[in-house]
Amino acid sequence: MLQVDTIVESVQEIKKNIFLLKVSAPSIAAEAKPGQFCNIKVNDNNSPLLRRPFSICEIAADKISFMFNIVGVGTEILSKKRKGDRLNIIGPLGNGFNYEGNYKNVLIVAGGIGAAPFPFLLNEIAEDRQISCFIGGRTKDDLISYKMKNILTSTDDGSEGFHGNVVKLLKSKINEYDKNETKIFACGPTPMLRAVSEFSIKEGIECEISTESVMACGFGICQGCVVQSSRKDGFVLVCKDGPVFNAVDVKL
Amino acid sequence: MNSIDLSVKIGSLELNNPVMLASGTVGYGNEISEFTNLSRIGGIVTKSVSLKPRKGNPPNRIFETSSGMLNAIGLANVGLEEFIKTKIPFLKEIGSTLICNIAASTIEEYVECTRTLDSENTVKAFEINVSCPNVKDGGLIFGNDVNNVRRITEKVRAVTDKPIIIKLSPNTASIKDFAQAAKDEGADAVSAINTLVGTAFDIYTKKPRIKNITGGLSGPAIKPVALAKVLEISRNVDIPIIGIGGIANWKDAVEFMICGATAIQIGTINFINPNASIEIIEGIIQYCQETSITKISDLVGTYSI
Repeated sequence: MLQVDTIVESVQEIKKNIFLLKVSAPSIAAEAKPGQFCNIKVNDNNSPLLRRPFSICEIAADKISFMFNIVGVGTEILSKKRKGDRLNIIGPLGNGFNYEGNYKNVLIVAGGIGAAPFPFLLNEIAEDRQISCFIGGRTKDDLISYKMKNILTSTDDGSEGFHGNVVKLLKSKINEYDKNETKIFACGPTPMLRAVSEFSIKEGIECEISTESVMACGFGICQGCVVQSSRKDGFVLVCKDGPVFNAVDVKL
Repeated sequence: MNSIDLSVKIGSLELNNPVMLASGTVGYGNEISEFTNLSRIGGIVTKSVSLKPRKGNPPNRIFETSSGMLNAIGLANVGLEEFIKTKIPFLKEIGSTLICNIAASTIEEYVECTRTLDSENTVKAFEINVSCPNVKDGGLIFGNDVNNVRRITEKVRAVTDKPIIIKLSPNTASIKDFAQAAKDEGADAVSAINTLVGTAFDIYTKKPRIKNITGGLSGPAIKPVALAKVLEISRNVDIPIIGIGGIANWKDAVEFMICGATAIQIGTINFINPNASIEIIEGIIQYCQETSITKISDLVGTYSI
């Protein structure tokens, strides 16, 4: 965990309302693992006051990229950053994906901006694994395929790909994979993660989910970002115990 | 630089400098130690400990507001036994003055916690939390009643010779009466303020933004309120004050000291800048040099009204 001043390399709108912010942050880039996140102070004043957490989307040498859409004042400010601007970042934070182990098939399940952590993960996953990416959105405008491989899409309104949510798409295709040789990695809205978790547990398929929560610090001191634990009568922290959890460990 | 005496005394508690980390904003010190040099900090006030572990409130626990944030963590903590077994050893190592914040549902629980921790050499003082707004049993129920604050102070005083700091609520009509009650019963100091009760709603779902409905407001938004409360105590009661509320930089810290705070605690800013405490200490040193102060305690209560 480091707190560093980074320099903005670029902000690129890769799709309508989907941005890729690239910063130069050698020390964080050297430490980061797929699924980890950074907590970014978007400016030097109190509006907004708190940092904003973002999954690490991609790492190239000493550069880190973050993918985001504009949802509020923080992301609005970030979208207007220019090359050379300074950004104070804390990271890398949390526990990333556990992608080692004996399995052949990698099933990526991404809902909307939940696509963010996967370019980094896919880049690190061993080449001999078979990758399939299930990408969902409300409409075709929400589908993010940036650096994804072997893509299957679904939209709630049927404007592209499978008509329905991405978990239904996954269910319809699951028989094409040997369940004992498969691991699911999912990120997206909480209802989607809940559905993926329930499905994977029922089917006995290994599944890791990348969760999100409102949070202040990002490193365990504010205790704000809790989710219910499945292992005990109590909570775990998204920032420190997560953001990636095995599906069996949390109740969303 | 070394010619400036930054040490302060709060009753019999001596601190190397007036900058402390507020309870509930640094856990038990281990996480923030990755970002800052805790041995340079005046003191660390640990997350409220209660006799038994508390799992805290369900999410959402926090929500950002204009220049501030609401929280309703609900005193989540590991409980006294685990605190002594696993948290104190780390805190001992870091070499900063350790102050234990105690929360309870009954007067007996305050007494029991204080009595048990009294024998821990690492614990240099107690801060008694009579003002948490986010739990149903205890906290503000005590903090809103001056007679309860009086009784808790008296009972806790009876079981320890270590310095006692009573953490006061701003959610009262007259904070000076509470400070006076604490002083009368032998408290060494008061800390002011805890968070202000607040809420926020989603205008489309019409639901509260935090599950507990109300939470405690903290951050720069509350600084003027906190400063007024510190001043009120300072002008009416002869007791050391630890100023808390929205301090984000050294200028804020100096302002609190001018208004009567012997020391200060920083809270919400730790979430945003975990090295803020060190930056504040350095800023205070520069201010002293600029204004020819050789002893920081000479700054306390120097307001000109």
